[in-house]
Amino acid sequence: MKLTLKIWRQKNSQTKGELKTYPIDGVEGDMSFLEMLDVLNEDLINKGEEPVVFDHDCREGICGSCSLQINGEPHGPDRLVTTCQLHMRMFNDGDTIVIEPFRAKAFPVIKDLVVDRSAFDRIQQAGGYISVNTSGNTIDANTIPVNKHDADESFEAATCIGCGACVAACKNASAMLFTSAKVSQFALLPQGRIEATERVLNMVAQMDKEGFGNCSNTGACEIECPKGISLENIARMNREYLSASLKG
Amino acid sequence: MAILSSSIARKVAMALSGLFLVFFLAQHFTINITSVIDPETFNSWSHFMGHNILVQFILQPVLIFGVVFHFIMGIVLEIRNNNARQISYKSFKGNRNSTWASRNMIISGAVILAFLGLHFYDFWFPEIVHKYIESNPLDATRYYPELLHKFESPVRTGLYCLAFVLLALHLWHGFSSSFQSMGWNNKYSKGLRAFTQFYAIFIPLGFIFIALYLHFNQIH
Repeated sequence: MKLTLKIWRQKNSQTKGELKTYPIDGVEGDMSFLEMLDVLNEDLINKGEEPVVFDHDCREGICGSCSLQINGEPHGPDRLVTTCQLHMRMFNDGDTIVIEPFRAKAFPVIKDLVVDRSAFDRIQQAGGYISVNTSGNTIDANTIPVNKHDADESFEAATCIGCGACVAACKNASAMLFTSAKVSQFALLPQGRIEATERVLNMVAQMDKEGFGNCSNTGACEIECPKGISLENIARMNREYLSASLKG
Repeated sequence: MAILSSSIARKVAMALSGLFLVFFLAQHFTINITSVIDPETFNSWSHFMGHNILVQFILQPVLIFGVVFHFIMGIVLEIRNNNARQISYKSFKGNRNSTWASRNMIISGAVILAFLGLHFYDFWFPEIVHKYIESNPLDATRYYPELLHKFESPVRTGLYCLAFVLLALHLWHGFSSSFQSMGWNNKYSKGLRAFTQFYAIFIPLGFIFIALYLHFNQIH
């Protein structure tokens, strides 16, 4: 497959970036998108040019490191996959592929296609945890009965890998789907109810402080999420927030 | 306002004001459709609405506040949302994951705002002048002829119809979205969404029918 890549190149967070065009040949349909970029980078290195910088780690769709806005969609045109699981068979010979970093004020570009997603870490640190005594008297979690439906919904929320595709897809760069998944995974379990009030208030306050936009329920985040995190989590977070606000 | 300092509180406020306006639309439509069915009923109901103290001095100010609040909050949210992505994508395929109506509430809202300006110029301001400045004597038969007169112009009738199409798009997303904003997403949501989409088509289509009926009826 012969392709034309238009890739966002930016030296650092202080400089302006631009799309640069790179032709690439010999791309196989079985390659992953990141493998295709590896091939491009090898070629660039052989030519003495600077390789394209992009985030990646596990390459199994688990870690949430890879990002990339591919042809106008986070993680590209396939559904329920991350960029590392996106195969080149999704494209046709002669295609032009535009590759940009995830765009949000709260996700500043570090270099080329790498953005700083530590805003998500700070939201998580604001309340995305439960406090457990680990001094040696820790109670086994299985001793507390959990309703099957709640356990399943909690698990589904917990599958969020924090890649940031929801922010990238949202026209408002809203982080509501991520934050709501992190709120929900605890809110649905008895262990998480103890700190539920402070958790939702603190996590939403941190989310707003980071400069993410407001959710306008377009549903783009749910469609583009590689883990299929549901909009129901946002509704749940809104309920949790309203209830917590009334409690003061 | 401190109470509206969080993103969720702003969304809930937007949803509540929107739902209030949705309810008002149904009431407005109910009165207007009588102009097609029976002009005397239209005159009688309009006279009641125009002279009832509760409607004039309590419900009307609440309605105006609701409208102004919804528009101001919509603009505030749009500015904040634009600020959250200062560098736009070179390629952004919004139509692959969301509807045009959901992504362009500010456009449909702006058209509805412009329409409200025309609507106030056509009906509300003349009514205020008639009642409170010129202090004309009560006349319960004047409403239907005034309504007919306004829909003589094909341009005005066309503008009204265009605004109602944008109103349909605004309601298509906004009505069901308001429930999601308030945390209502459960097994009944599918049925509720079907109802809101029916409402989003039925009410604006009804208003378009009334405008066209009044326009073409007087031509014949």
